[in-house]
Amino acid sequence: MKQLTILSGKGGTGKTTITASFAVLAKDAVVADCDVDAPDLHMLLHPDVVKTQEFKGSKLAIIDKTKCVECGLCREKCRFDAITEDFKVDPFSCEGCGVCAVVCPVNAVTLRDRISGHAYTSKTEYGFMSHAMLTPSEANSGKLVTLVRQNAKILAEKENSDLIIIDGPPGIGCPVIASVTGVDAGLVVTEPTMSGIHDLERALQLLTHFNVSSFVCINMCDINMDNTEKIESFCKERSIEVVGKIPFNPVVTEAMVNGKPVVEYALESDVAEEIKNMWKRLLSALKL
Amino acid sequence: MIVSVASGKGGTGKTSVAVNMAVSIENVQLLDCDVEEPNTHLLLHPKIDCEEPVYTLIPSVDEKLCDYCGKCADFCQYNAIFVGSEKILLFPELCHSCGGCALVCPNKAITEEKHRIGTLKSGVVGDLEVVYGELEIGEPMAVPIIKEVKKHIKKGKNVILDSPPGTSCPVIETVNGSDFCILVTEPTPFGMHDLKIAVQVLENMEIPFGVVVNRADIGDKKVYEYCRKKDIPILLEIPFKRKIAELYSRGVPFSLEMPEWKEKFQKLFNEVRRLAGK
Repeated sequence: MKQLTILSGKGGTGKTTITASFAVLAKDAVVADCDVDAPDLHMLLHPDVVKTQEFKGSKLAIIDKTKCVECGLCREKCRFDAITEDFKVDPFSCEGCGVCAVVCPVNAVTLRDRISGHAYTSKTEYGFMSHAMLTPSEANSGKLVTLVRQNAKILAEKENSDLIIIDGPPGIGCPVIASVTGVDAGLVVTEPTMSGIHDLERALQLLTHFNVSSFVCINMCDINMDNTEKIESFCKERSIEVVGKIPFNPVVTEAMVNGKPVVEYALESDVAEEIKNMWKRLLSALKL
Repeated sequence: MIVSVASGKGGTGKTSVAVNMAVSIENVQLLDCDVEEPNTHLLLHPKIDCEEPVYTLIPSVDEKLCDYCGKCADFCQYNAIFVGSEKILLFPELCHSCGGCALVCPNKAITEEKHRIGTLKSGVVGDLEVVYGELEIGEPMAVPIIKEVKKHIKKGKNVILDSPPGTSCPVIETVNGSDFCILVTEPTPFGMHDLKIAVQVLENMEIPFGVVVNRADIGDKKVYEYCRKKDIPILLEIPFKRKIAELYSRGVPFSLEMPEWKEKFQKLFNEVRRLAGK
């Protein structure tokens, strides 16, 4: 079984648009939406949820006011400034480490499970899908990504699927690392802007760091052809294949407004054509 | 006053709004809290006059003192320590630097050592102060660097915080303590969906907020209906213009080349100040 992650560094370059189209083209791949903070793929693939799991990502400290003697030890030892002056726990700062509970001389602190989100196993028109939703303002998205990937693996094994397509989150931090470790290939979607180039370089470094083969797609390539050429020569120097150059076309937004993957909504468009070519190149690179 | 610029969905134009507002008003400090992919410096080109490493603390075990009792591993909520029968394994990338393992070790075998996770850079362009952080490749934890960036906040300045996308820890850390948050969205289903999540975050945190609609003429009108129903002020609309996109692609804040926008960003800031009651 192979795993391909679509990532970008910079947000909004078109990861989800491309992932949704791949889901259509792949036929029977399992799709995993690992952008658990702000998942969007379901708006194009319309999954029917088969199974829901609670995600308990971390703990939250609770101070029992009837026991607390306000000695201040917990405040002093907490590295996250999570204990207020009137000895309450600020849930936005608490990382659930439990130091306050250990140092409390009167056992006034307990740790409670925090339900930080939900993971879903679903069926779509195009195959199975694993996805999740982090409760807004909760932490530990990396752990939830790991759960989404485990669920995707279970699905792929059960369905005899030979490919998992992972829609990754933006950035290069914990949820992105959780989305790329152990995968066979990473496709970095970039745009020909100064920010796009800067963030592409960091995303490629991340893939190299975790020994993942890299491919690049330049989205909206005709917004700035000079920058597109810069990206191409940058990739050539490093022997990284640019598998797709997608032109800017308002049909992409139209497809999104209509809740459809662009390869389905505008089959004949230049965008759909380029995504199909890109998909073929990736399949042969992945030896599928 | 501290104003954060956040979004939920990535690529909606947070950095554009933060930078264009920063160059349009006076007495500004711009702090880029997207330490995974900092971009404000690409548009402003500040002269960097200070670079310092950012460290977190991770455990270091003296195996001569360790009797493999396993109390540290039992305590660690992040599975950053594994204790076998005669072996102890550390996973520094999972450590949250709470210091608990050293506290619970009965043999004082654990001390903490510094572990570099990133770099803090600061500089100026004209009289605009710019501070940003850079997470090292392969390091997962952005929050400690964001905390370091925010330590540079100066009282009496107009502080603008450029947030990372999403709705989890790095965003919470950035917007926490803001007087007002500008949410940048685009009028598409993705923009709409992620805006709703970001709104929930700010409502949970009791931070006042308003919306800037970027690429206002693409997509659909649902974001306007939503804001009207929820009584969320729409602070500014930026149309999709080839010129704006091109200037951004070259790394130029568009209000510098299109002076009519300078005035609009000044108005935006004044409106934010009024809504924040400052």
